Amino acid sequence: MSRTTFYAKRNIRRTPFQAIAASMVMFLTFFALTSFLLLAAGSQATLRFFESKPQVIAFFKEGTTDSDISTIENALKQDPRVINTKFVSKEEALKKYQRDNKNDPMLLELVTANILPPSIEVSTKNPEDLSAIAQILTKEPVIEQTFIPKDVIRNLTYFTTTVRLIGSAIVIFLLIFSLLIILMIIGFKIRIRRNEIEIMRLLGASTSFIRNPFILEGVFYGLIGAILAWVVSYGILWYFTPFLQGYLGEVRLLPVNPYFMLILLGTNLLIACFVGALGSFGAVRRYLKI
Amino acid sequence: MILFENVSKKFGSTLALDEICLEIKQGEFVFIVGPSGAGKSTLLRILTREIQPSFGKVKLGNIDIIKIKDKDLPILRRKVGVVFQDFKLLDDRTVFENIALALEVLDKNDQDIKKLVEHICKLVEIWDKRNLFPRQLSGGEAQRTAIARAVVGKPDVLLADEPTGDLDPKTAWGVIQLLNEINSWGTTIIMATHNQEIVNTLKRRVIIIKNGKITKDDKEGKYELH
Repeated sequence: MSRTTFYAKRNIRRTPFQAIAASMVMFLTFFALTSFLLLAAGSQATLRFFESKPQVIAFFKEGTTDSDISTIENALKQDPRVINTKFVSKEEALKKYQRDNKNDPMLLELVTANILPPSIEVSTKNPEDLSAIAQILTKEPVIEQTFIPKDVIRNLTYFTTTVRLIGSAIVIFLLIFSLLIILMIIGFKIRIRRNEIEIMRLLGASTSFIRNPFILEGVFYGLIGAILAWVVSYGILWYFTPFLQGYLGEVRLLPVNPYFMLILLGTNLLIACFVGALGSFGAVRRYLKI
Repeated sequence: MILFENVSKKFGSTLALDEICLEIKQGEFVFIVGPSGAGKSTLLRILTREIQPSFGKVKLGNIDIIKIKDKDLPILRRKVGVVFQDFKLLDDRTVFENIALALEVLDKNDQDIKKLVEHICKLVEIWDKRNLFPRQLSGGEAQRTAIARAVVGKPDVLLADEPTGDLDPKTAWGVIQLLNEINSWGTTIIMATHNQEIVNTLKRRVIIIKNGKITKDDKEGKYELH
């Protein structure tokens, strides 16, 4: 094994530009793979968050009295589909706004309690009942507007599916592309070392003695690409975490769980080994007639 | 030890070897002589299974060279050392590394490699050249390096295909003396050549091949050009 590693290292050292090119292609592939996996996991978690909170938010018109609000709240509590209601006053809305935007003083300066309408948040047992409750509330003369996260869920579902489809297509394309690049580079290296291989064969080298350094070389390119891609992706995510946290609001996705990132790294490394080894093996089968 | 039974080899419509029957015993020094294109190199390349004969049977000890599986070829090739006219040294490796390669493929450890390479380098008198690259060597030194590489793994047979072809007479004699010495260790040597002087001086077994056929096989033969 140590001799295989020694030969693989020497092969890499002797053609540094090819090694850099192969590692960069693998980096691109695994950067795309990591990015799409993060995006897919993030959108999936966001979707789950909204799905787990079947809620209608109804905003009251300006000048709505406490008795009007109590009447509506009592009526809703009588409805068997409703499991909880919560009145949010102007002041509470402001506090929530201030909490959500604590990192942005500009936004905090512009908003006062007066411009935020009071609202009522209605939770149902089943998300399917949200539309019916929203319809009832819309008919109330004191209700300005109702909002249900159904649209958000629909949009998110569409977004998640699209990310998965486009991501899978791009990643599959890049994996095939990387596979071919590794095959081409290792094949080229085999060709330029034809004399050496011929001499090794005549000296009685076993197939594995000649083949294994090339396979290890392909695996090395894959691993380097995968590790670099993971580091860069994690770095970018870490850098943008404060911004994204503000944007995501109540959806607590960030900072991303380090355990999840380690699983992602492990997955990347496994795929990298597979792609690198497969590409090299293809080259060895194609060009190394032992 | 080496047995050729009715061995023929065709390249397209050209008959390179025609029903060769030959037996070489362990420890013999055999010259294969004949004009260019007679089939000398073909005979040697069959012994390393670089090429398969079209017909016949070839054995090296217990190994059936025709039937041996590709995956078992290293077993055969570790028993047969080869020296070429053009040396076939690796240009990007030093003398030491070129010789060490033959032991690396045998999976020897670094300590053994160092010891064995030093030993053989001293025997073939290239120890002081061990850190030089092939382009820095004279023809004789390069051929000594190639011989050292071929024998460092202690093969049973050493095949030398025109090893003196590119050397001046004095250097050629040095190489022949070295081969003679290796033969004295018990290694069978089969040398293809058309160097009349060397063959006639050494008075060893001479097999003459012409047009793919053995025309003469003398125990202490001579080679006359005519």
